[in-house]
Amino acid sequence: MSTNIIASTATKARPLTAAEISEIEHEMELYPDKQAVGLEALKIVQKHQGWVSDESMLAISKFLDIPVADLESVATFFNLVYRQPVGKNVILFCNSVSCWIMGCDGLRSHINDQLGVDFGDTTEDEAFTFIPVPCLGDCDRAPVMMVGDDLHRNLTEEKIDQIVADYRNKE
Amino acid sequence: MAKIVIDGIEYEVNPDNNLLQECLSQGLDLPYFCWHPCMGSVGACRQCAVKQYRDADDENGMLVMACMTPATDGSIISIADPQAKDMRERVIESLMISHPHDCPVCEEGGECHLQDMTLMSGHNYRRYDKKKVTHRNQYLGPFINHEMNRCITCYRCVRFYDDYAGGTDLAAQASHHHTYFGRHEEGVLESEFSGNLVEVCPTGVFTDKAFSEHYTRKWDLQTAPSVCTGCAVGCNTTPGERYGSLRRIVNRYNSEINGYFICDRGRFGFDYVNSEERIKIPLVKNGAEMEVVPAGELQPTIESFSGPGVIGIASPRASNESNFALRCLVGDENFYSGISDDEFESTQLILSLAKDTAFHSPSVREIEQADAVIVLGEDLTNVAPRIALALRQSVRNKAIELAKDCNIPTWQDAAVRELAQHDRSPLAILSSYATRLDDVASDTVIDGLEALAKIGSAIAAQISDKAPPANSAEESVGRIAEQLLNAKRPLVIAGSSSGSIALIQAAANIARALNEKRSSAIDLCLVVPEVNTVGMSMLVNANKTLGSALAKLQSGEVSKLIVLENDLYRRAAHKVVDAALDKADAVMVVDHMPTATTAKASCLLPSTTFSEHEATYVNYEGRAQLSFQVHRNHASAIPAWRWLSDQQHGDVDALINRCAEEAANFDKLDDLLPDLNQFVAGMKIPRQSHRYSGRTAMKANLNVHEPKQPVDDQSVMSFSMEGLPLSSDSPIVGSAWAPAWNSNQSISKFQEEINGDLKQGHTGELLIERNETGSYQELASNTGSANGGLQVAIAYQIFGSDELSAKSSTIQQRMTDAYVAISPADADALGLKQGDNVSLDGNGNIAVACIRSKIKQGTAALYCGDNEVDRYALGASVSLGKAADANLVRGIKGLIVSDLYEEGY
Repeated sequence: MSTNIIASTATKARPLTAAEISEIEHEMELYPDKQAVGLEALKIVQKHQGWVSDESMLAISKFLDIPVADLESVATFFNLVYRQPVGKNVILFCNSVSCWIMGCDGLRSHINDQLGVDFGDTTEDEAFTFIPVPCLGDCDRAPVMMVGDDLHRNLTEEKIDQIVADYRNKE
Repeated sequence: MAKIVIDGIEYEVNPDNNLLQECLSQGLDLPYFCWHPCMGSVGACRQCAVKQYRDADDENGMLVMACMTPATDGSIISIADPQAKDMRERVIESLMISHPHDCPVCEEGGECHLQDMTLMSGHNYRRYDKKKVTHRNQYLGPFINHEMNRCITCYRCVRFYDDYAGGTDLAAQASHHHTYFGRHEEGVLESEFSGNLVEVCPTGVFTDKAFSEHYTRKWDLQTAPSVCTGCAVGCNTTPGERYGSLRRIVNRYNSEINGYFICDRGRFGFDYVNSEERIKIPLVKNGAEMEVVPAGELQPTIESFSGPGVIGIASPRASNESNFALRCLVGDENFYSGISDDEFESTQLILSLAKDTAFHSPSVREIEQADAVIVLGEDLTNVAPRIALALRQSVRNKAIELAKDCNIPTWQDAAVRELAQHDRSPLAILSSYATRLDDVASDTVIDGLEALAKIGSAIAAQISDKAPPANSAEESVGRIAEQLLNAKRPLVIAGSSSGSIALIQAAANIARALNEKRSSAIDLCLVVPEVNTVGMSMLVNANKTLGSALAKLQSGEVSKLIVLENDLYRRAAHKVVDAALDKADAVMVVDHMPTATTAKASCLLPSTTFSEHEATYVNYEGRAQLSFQVHRNHASAIPAWRWLSDQQHGDVDALINRCAEEAANFDKLDDLLPDLNQFVAGMKIPRQSHRYSGRTAMKANLNVHEPKQPVDDQSVMSFSMEGLPLSSDSPIVGSAWAPAWNSNQSISKFQEEINGDLKQGHTGELLIERNETGSYQELASNTGSANGGLQVAIAYQIFGSDELSAKSSTIQQRMTDAYVAISPADADALGLKQGDNVSLDGNGNIAVACIRSKIKQGTAALYCGDNEVDRYALGASVSLGKAADANLVRGIKGLIVSDLYEEGY
C-alpha cells in the first residue's frame, strides 16, 4: 500500500529480494529523501537482476513510495539502465572521436561478423550484448571497450577474438 | 514601476516580471513556447530571444532569453533586431525538425500555438531533408489523444501535469532527440485536470479525444461565453457548437475564478446536451399514457398549475431565472427547496455566515494566496475540483517566500522549486478518508465526521479562549492552530457535501477565533455541491424545506406540484418521494433529461440546457455570473422560466431585472447584463467567427436555398458572423482570437496585463453583502442512534457525483459503481474482499466493497454512484453484509484513490 502512487497498471510488482532491500535501505540513509534514492535503487536492482524489468520498476516504486513514472523517467534518461534483458556480458564499445580515428568502425564490423550482433543486439546464446558508448575516458589508448567491469585498451581484431574467447571460457 | 526601452520606445513595466511577460503585457508580439503565464519560466525552448544592450552607447548588444531576464529599470532591448530575429527563426527550425507537418489532419490546426509562432518567427521554408524521429503513441484513456511525433519538447505538459496539478503518471522520458512525454505504460491519465493538456500543449500532442470524434475547426464553431455547471465554483468556459450539436468545451479565462484551467468534469461533462434521450416535446398524461400535445393546446394544462394548492420545488441546477420564475408563479409561501433537508440546513447556515463581517469568501485566486489552510471534511478534488487545484498552488507560497528571501524572482520556476524542495505552506486536511490532496498536506487527520468536528472545535479553542471550550486528544491540534495563527493569510474550508453541519460550525468557529486575533476578515470558503445551490437557497425561505413539501403532498394538504429541473429521488428517500408523488393529483416536471422524477410527471415540459439559454448562476462565494446562449435547441425545448412565466414571449433581461428588484440580496444581478450603450449602431456580437465557413452549404441537404440566419431578439449576441468585430476590448469574448494568435494563448491580448483582469471587466457580481456580526456556534450533535453498524460519511467522485455530467457518455467511461469504502480491519470482520458486492442495511441497496487503508475502523465512506444507492433511506450508520451477485457493470476498477488497500500492482 502506498500513499502517493496511483494504482492503475496492468503489471504486478515482484517482491524485492532481501539483498536488494538491504542495499536500498543503506542508500536511503545517505540521501535526504526517497526520490533521490531512485537511481541508486535502479542500479542495485540491475546489479542483482542484470536488467530492470517492469515488475522490478514497480517494486522499487512501491518500496520507495515514489511514482513509477518518475522512476521510468530516470531509467530511460540513462542509457546504462537496461530496460530490456541483456546478455551475461555487456560490451560497451566506444565509437567516439578518438576511437573512430583509431579505426573502431572496422572493429565494430569484426565483432559483428564474429558474434553476429550489431549495436543494441544480444547474441542468441545470451552471452553478449553489444552497445555503443560515447567515451570511456581512455582516449590515449583508443580504441577501447568495456566488457562487464573490465576495460580493454588498444584493441585489435586479434585482441577482441581473445577477449571474447576468454569471457566464453569463464562460463 | 520600471522604465524599459523596447525597439526605441519607452514603456512602463513591472520590474518583478521578466521581459517576455512584460513585452506581452504591452501587447507586443514575441514568440514563446515553454513559458506559461501561470507556470513561469524555465528557459527550455530558447524561442523568445531578444537583443539586450548594456546602455545607450552599446551598439552590439547580446542575445538573451526574454523569459529568463528580469525587466530591470533602464533595460534596453530589441525584438526587431535582425540577429534576434534570425536566432528565433533558427530555433524554431530546429524545434520543428521532426515535426510531421500534418496540420490538415491535426486537431490543433487552426488554433495551434506552434503554427502561430512558426509564422511569427518567419520560418517558412524547411531545409531538413533527413529521416525524422518518430514515436509510438499511447492509449491515455477516454479524454486525451496522444500523438508524440508532433512534440517540440517544450516540457509544458509535465510542468503543468506534475508540477502544477500534482499528477504522478506523466513524465518526460529518455533524452535529446528521442525525449518522450507519456505514461510509464499505456493507461488512463489519472489527474482530474488532464484535459488542460489540450490547451497547455502548444501543438497537437495532447488533443481532446471526445472532440476528435465529431471534430470541427475552431473557426467553424459557434461559441459564446458560458459558465460551467459542473459544480459550485462556476468556472468560465467556451462551449463550441456546429451543426446543432455541442462539440467541445474549452477554458475561458477569468482572473478571479478559473484563470487558465478547468477540471475534466467541466471539460468533458457536456455531451448529454446532444443526447438522443433528451426530452424533446411536451407530454401530458391522458389516462395512463403520456400524449403529445400540440403547442397551441398546452395552455389549459399549464394554466391548471396556478392558483392555490400548487407548490413548486426549486432546483440547485436550474438558473436563478428559472427558480425565480417558479417562485413568482407559485408564490413565496409555496416555493420549496430542491435539496435534501440536511443540505438545505447546512446551506442556510452557509448563507448566514456569508453575511458575517468576520469572514470573507475567497475567490479561487484568493485561495491560491493562502499561506496556511485547514480543510474540514470536504473532498475538494471530487466536489469542487478547481479549488483543489488552487490549494496545490497555495502550498507553494512557502517556496515563493523562500525565493523572495534569496532574491530569486518568483517567475524563475525551476529555481524556486529547486530551492524549496519539499518545503510547503501548511495545509491540514481533516477528512473521513484519504483524499487526493493528501500528498501536499502537512497534516491529515482521518476520523469519523463527529470526531472531526470535535477536533475542529478544539483547534478553535486553542486559537482563542473565547471560543467554546473543547479538547481533543489529537496531537496535531496545537500545531494546526499555531500555523493558522502565524499565517499572513489563513484560510478555512468546509462545506455542505460532508453532510455534517457540525463541521461547518467548527470551521466558522476556527475562522471567528482567528478573526478575534486579527483585525481583518478571515477567508472562510464554504463549498456547496451544485452550480446554483447558493442562488436557489437565496430564493427559498429558510423554513420551506423539501421534507415539508413532500409531507404536505402526502397529507393531501396540497395536490399539485411543479418540479423544476430536479430529480427528487436524489434529494430524499425514494419511499418518501414515491408516497408524495403518488398522492399528488398532478405533477408538472420541467426538465431536459429523463429522470426517475420525470417518469412520474403528469405534464412533462422540455427545457433547454446550459448551452441553449442565457442564464445567471450564483457560485459558492455568492458571485453571480451570466452565461450566454451558445446555440439553439432544435426541438421544442424552451428555457424553464418561459414555461413558468405567464408572458411566454418576455425576454430574459426583463426577468433578471425583475429578480434584481424583487428578490432579497439579488439587487446587483442586473449589473451583469451587458450595457447596451457599448453596442454601436445596433450591431450585435457575433457568435460565429469571421472565418466561419460553409454557412450557405450546411443545410443544402435539406434545401439548396440558404435559409435566413435565425434572429436572436433575446440577446446582445447574434447567430451570425456579422456584427461587431472582435477586438481586445470587446465587451463580450466567446472564443479568444487576435491577429496572428489563433490559439487560446491569444487571451494575453485581452488582458489588462498578463494574468490581470480582462479589459472588458466582468468577473461577476458578489451578491451578498456582509453587514451582520455573528457569534460562536454551539456544535450540533448527531442524535442518530447507532445500530451497531459503521458510521457513514458520503463520498463523492468527480466523475459520477454530478447529476448532469454523469449523463455524458465521455464521463461515463470513467465512472464506477457505487462503492462503500471500509478499513481492512472491518473488511476482515465482515468477511469482505475488494470488489465484493455489499448490501447496505439489507434493504436492497448494493454497493461494491472498496477496502482502503486510510479510513478509520468503525467508519465507512459511501459513494452513491449515479444515485444508485438510496442514501436518504440509510441512517447515520449502516450495517454491511455480503450480497449475492448484483447487476453491477462498472465495478470499481476505474477508481482512482490514493490508498487502495489491495495493491493494484
